[in-house]
Amino acid sequence: MAFFFDLFVNGLMIGSMYALVALGFVLIYKATSVVNFAQGELVMFGGYIAAALLVLYKLPLAVALPVLLGSMIALGFIVERGVLRPMVGQNVISVVMVTVGLAQVFQGAAALLWGAQTKNIPLPIPLEPYVIWEIYLSPVNIAAAVVSGVFMVTFVWFFRKSRMGIAMRATANDQQAAMAVGINVRMVFALSWAIAGLAAALGGVLWGNLIGVDTQLALVGLKVFPAVILGGLDSVPGALVGGLIIGAVESVAAGYVDPYVGGGTKDFLPYVLMILALMVRPYGFFGREIIERV
Amino acid sequence: MTAQLEIRGVSKSFGGVQAVSRVSFDVQQGEILSIIGPNGAGKTTLLNCISSVFHPETGAIVLDGRETTRLAPPRVAALGVARTFQNIALFRGMTVVDNLMLGRHIHMKNGVFRSMLYWGPGRREEVAHRQVVEDIIDFLEIEAIRKRPVGSLPYGLQKRVELGRALALHPKVLLLDEPMGGTNHEEKEDMARFILDVNDEWGTTIILIEHDMGVVMDISQRVIVLDLGAKIAEGTPAEVKATPQVIKAYLGTKATV
Repeated sequence: MAFFFDLFVNGLMIGSMYALVALGFVLIYKATSVVNFAQGELVMFGGYIAAALLVLYKLPLAVALPVLLGSMIALGFIVERGVLRPMVGQNVISVVMVTVGLAQVFQGAAALLWGAQTKNIPLPIPLEPYVIWEIYLSPVNIAAAVVSGVFMVTFVWFFRKSRMGIAMRATANDQQAAMAVGINVRMVFALSWAIAGLAAALGGVLWGNLIGVDTQLALVGLKVFPAVILGGLDSVPGALVGGLIIGAVESVAAGYVDPYVGGGTKDFLPYVLMILALMVRPYGFFGREIIERV
Repeated sequence: MTAQLEIRGVSKSFGGVQAVSRVSFDVQQGEILSIIGPNGAGKTTLLNCISSVFHPETGAIVLDGRETTRLAPPRVAALGVARTFQNIALFRGMTVVDNLMLGRHIHMKNGVFRSMLYWGPGRREEVAHRQVVEDIIDFLEIEAIRKRPVGSLPYGLQKRVELGRALALHPKVLLLDEPMGGTNHEEKEDMARFILDVNDEWGTTIILIEHDMGVVMDISQRVIVLDLGAKIAEGTPAEVKATPQVIKAYLGTKATV
């Protein structure tokens, strides 16, 4: 039983990191109706910038972190202004293809700027696991869960209480009505991308620290799809719950099944879940079910 | 007397269809002006030009001596133009109170950090906006549904909530696109009463699109008639009713009014 809880708890903590990345994805979809296939690449880019600042320029973490967050917020803004805004009103598949193209541009740019070999992000986190009730808790996972948790709580507060957050919710609810009450919808779009950039920056540091920074880091973005499909594409709580479920399920499954099949369970089970979810409940646990009256 | 709102030779087309062509008229402060015309006459397009949802290809729209023709919709809202929509555009997942509070958006000054604090200036501002919203709720007699999600309300009440949200902007000019469309007789009478009261109590200028001729003739001071995108008549309800083109284009198809 301790083995199960060990897998489960560590899986949840990994899941909180999926949730962090998923949050950025959901926010963009909710506010701007863009399915962003470049979310993983944003995370990768955040990881590259973090590695460059910490290793290449040897900046202390206290300096590197604000620089990283600032540049990823700026990147979010620039992508929205320069690439997505001209696409407003185009059909869905064109917009999706633009984000797919964007993903490859990020991959190429990162490799070009900083090289393709794997880099480490050194964080001052001890390696020795804590043991509580026979459960081994890795400090890296704990740190990841704390950072993700704090970010998400702050975000939910912002989204629910602040003037700009409420404007974002209103825009997600009805764009036309938002414009009519004087909400600057373009500003909301830009802000959604900026916050997604911020989430990706934190995700990049955490994931980069865990698995190393190279272009493979972008694959984290693919795990976000099962999480958001499970939770509901347009639901913030859904992103959280979906991320946690994917983290826990892949961890537990890998622990029990991998010894028999020689590994790899982690890489496909989330997608099996995603396909099942799409068959049973295509709008997710928390998503908005769209009923068209015809 | 200079007009509060001037529409000067406004034209708008979609593809090859001329939705509005060279329409001009003035709107005086504090009047109730109705725009009537058959389906497809360009009434809603004209309203969309005034609220800057569309920008006309030619012509100008001037509000209080300031041209608003090419401004973004939120800017026009901030200058004092509020509106409702033919097909209702409310924040369906939110409550009646939240919808009306969003109508206060342009008047809110609290930044992210100030709104974090429960006390102090942030709180005072919140209370002041809340008071405005509660007054509107009283005025429109919707106390009973204030905490209900808007999407769950019957159609007639949604129309009323949408009017409330527009009023929360404290507009100078209120654009109403078929506020009585699809409502029953009693709801129509209520809505007509609210429109007259708003105009009377706050002196709000009202531009109204409506199909119910009885209501239009009863509450408007002036009427503009559009047909196929062009203005074919303008005047008091009685004058408009007597114009031959109007009878031909619009009223003539039905028996008598």
